[in-house]
Formats: sequence, structure tokens, C-alpha cells
Amino acid sequence: MCLAVPAVIVGLNGTSATISVEGALREVDVSLIDDPRLGDYVLVHAGFAIHKWDRSEVEELEAIRAATDLPEVLA
Amino acid sequence: MKTLVQSIAELAERLGRDVNLMEVCGTHTMVAFRTGLNRLLPESVRLRSGPGCPVCVTDANYIDAAVQLCRRPDVVVATFGDLLRVPGSESSLDRERAAGGNVRIVYSPSDALVLAKECTSKQAVFLGVGFETTAPTVAWSIWRAARDGVRNFSVLCAHKTMPRAMDALLRDQQVRIDGFLCPGHVSVITGAAMYRFLCERYKVPCVISGFEAWDILKSISLLLTQLVEGRAEVEIEYSRSVTEHGNAAAQRLIDEVFEPNDASWRGIGTITGSGLAIRSKYSNFDAAHVLGVTFGESHVNPLCRCGDILRGVSTPLDCRLFGRDCTPAHPIGPCMVSGEGVCAAYYKYEGSAAA
Repeated sequence: MCLAVPAVIVGLNGTSATISVEGALREVDVSLIDDPRLGDYVLVHAGFAIHKWDRSEVEELEAIRAATDLPEVLA
Repeated sequence: MKTLVQSIAELAERLGRDVNLMEVCGTHTMVAFRTGLNRLLPESVRLRSGPGCPVCVTDANYIDAAVQLCRRPDVVVATFGDLLRVPGSESSLDRERAAGGNVRIVYSPSDALVLAKECTSKQAVFLGVGFETTAPTVAWSIWRAARDGVRNFSVLCAHKTMPRAMDALLRDQQVRIDGFLCPGHVSVITGAAMYRFLCERYKVPCVISGFEAWDILKSISLLLTQLVEGRAEVEIEYSRSVTEHGNAAAQRLIDEVFEPNDASWRGIGTITGSGLAIRSKYSNFDAAHVLGVTFGESHVNPLCRCGDILRGVSTPLDCRLFGRDCTPAHPIGPCMVSGEGVCAAYYKYEGSAAA
């Protein structure tokens, strides 16, 4: 239940934001994070952004995903 | 990643004894099974699932109360989909919904507030279940309802918090835990500092893990390194999301709306200070208060081992019901219902043949 997904803010209207999760759009509330801006990467849980990632943190996730080679390890 | 698996094997060999590492969070359990990383670990390193699946630890009498509410013509129950199939003593919300009960699935507590505003002839009751990750979103909906003067929105509150539950497990003589993989998204809200008392009091290492397979393997290697070096500290592997002190705005909201209470955990019992209750200043948004809800005795199948499984004492393979009477299509215990439940994970990824 504590699932949270990374998303990018593509629209802002007060404390409401449109986010894109791999292209799927949804409205979320951004009142729990500081200074939300267009283009910010955020972690979203139950309709709320709960954390803002900086660019280096996004790059870290991309690097981790690129390094995940489970089928090879399992073989 | 191969390097990481090798380093875990080397650390396990240096340690030279069996260790039980508890992944507290249900989402970590699912990642471990889905990716098969649990099979990459040496035999001496055992992952034990903990009580970190909110659906699994929700008492049957809470479901019973929700079932009673959805039968009322003046109420519409709004819930996350996860709770729908959880069996109460005699029924489930899913069964009630099929029989015409007023149950709506929502994605966010804020959707439940919208439902209340659209459906003014009924009391919209949101089922407030979940840990520190979810609690601020529910606190926000109560705070917002109060601000907007919404009179037909309330929450049936059964929120729980992690630290006292982890403390209770470490005090339990039946349970042996050598290290905790701490829940990542709970920690986004609370911060890492929350776990420090566990390290100090019980000399147990804690590593806050992210949710990629790589994150979990890295966290396991950090835990084993601490054990090899005789350290017991809080480390943050999930540093892209977790800070020392967490999300201050979310913590303020939780504190504004909720206060700690003693909570009942399904299969475990009551743990002092492990729950959140709605403060009296927001009692007009407390469904138990507004609608006079009482929580009765719950009746669960005595053969169900979910309680032992949630404490890491047993695995689903120790349960006589697992895979025979209790399956995802006909779940008896909550650990088989939830997508994050350890019985569901065993059934799906280890095969019912294991039973």
C-alpha cells in the first residue's frame, strides 16, 4: 500500500498539479512539498507528491535501473 | 549486480552463521519475490517478511465495522481497492458491494472528499488504513474538510505507525531478527532518525531500502557489513528519497489531525502507542464518533497463521490452509488477499505446489 511512483510535473495550478507517469497524466496535490515547479521530478503516493527529487537523484534511479540485470544474474 | 550478489555471498561466509533479515514493508516483499532476488541469497541469509502490509494487519473487526457502514442507506464507504477483498468475520466489502452495498473505490483520500461534496445526501466515510506514508494524505483530507466546512465527510481511522511495532517484534522472545530492511516510503515521511532507538536499545542494524531489486540487494549487503563489523546503526540506502528528518509538512499535518493511540494488529494483538487516532478537535470528521460505530469481537479462522507469518515466526509453508483452502481466489487470511501479502507472494512466485 505504501507504493509511490516517480513522476514529472507537467502542469501547475496552485496546490494542484498535473503529473506524468511514463506518459499517463493525473492530477495530484503538491501541498506537502516545498516550492513545486514545472519539470520537477516527484514521488507520488495516493494522489499526493510526498518528495521532490533533484536531477542527480533521478539520474541515480536511471543508473540503478540500467544496472539491474537479473535475468543474467539468475542464469 | 553480479558483483553485489558476490559480495553478499562473501559477507555471509565471513559472518559464518545464519541470519534473519526482516523486510518490514510489503512492497519490499513483493519486489523480492517478483524479481527472484530472494533466490540469489546464500542459504544462511534468510529474508523474513514483517508486519508492513497495512491491509494484512487490519483487524477483522475493522472490516466488520466497514461492512455495517456500507449497508446503511445514509452512508457511502470510500476505500482504497486493497481493502475490498479482505475477509471480516462474516463478509467482505467486495461481497457487500456485489449485494448492493455502498462501496466506492478511490485512488486518493482527496477523491473521497470530492465524493462527499458531490453526494451531499450521504455521509462519505473514507477507510483510513495505512502507515506513516498514507497518514498525511488522510490528515490533509480531514484538515481540508474542516477548512471547507464539509459536514458529510468522515474517516474510519485505523492508521498505524511502524516504530512501536518493530520494537514489539524485538521484544518478542519467539522472533529472532538480526537486521531490519526498513520501509522506504514510510521513511520519506518520518525520516531516518525514527529508527535510531532500535539500534541503540537492541543493537540491531537498520537499513532503509529503496524499491528496485538493486536497492534491496545493496541494503542486504549493508546490513551484513554492519553485522560483520559488529555495528548497529541506521543507514540510508534509499538516499534519493529519504533524509534524516523526513517531510516536515507531512509530519505537521499528521500531528495537527492525529494523536498516538494503542492499536490492535491483526494476528499480533494490541501494541501500545502504535496507532493514530483523530484528535477531539476534529471529532466531527471521525466516523466512529459521527456515526456511533462500535468495534465488536472478531472471528477469524483459528487455523490461519497470518499472525505468526507477520511476526516472521512462520512462513506460509507452515500453514495448513495455504494453497489448499486458502488461495488468492478464495482467501481466508489477509496475507493471501493483499497484493503485498507474503502468502500471496509465495503462492504467485513460489507456486502453490510448494504447499
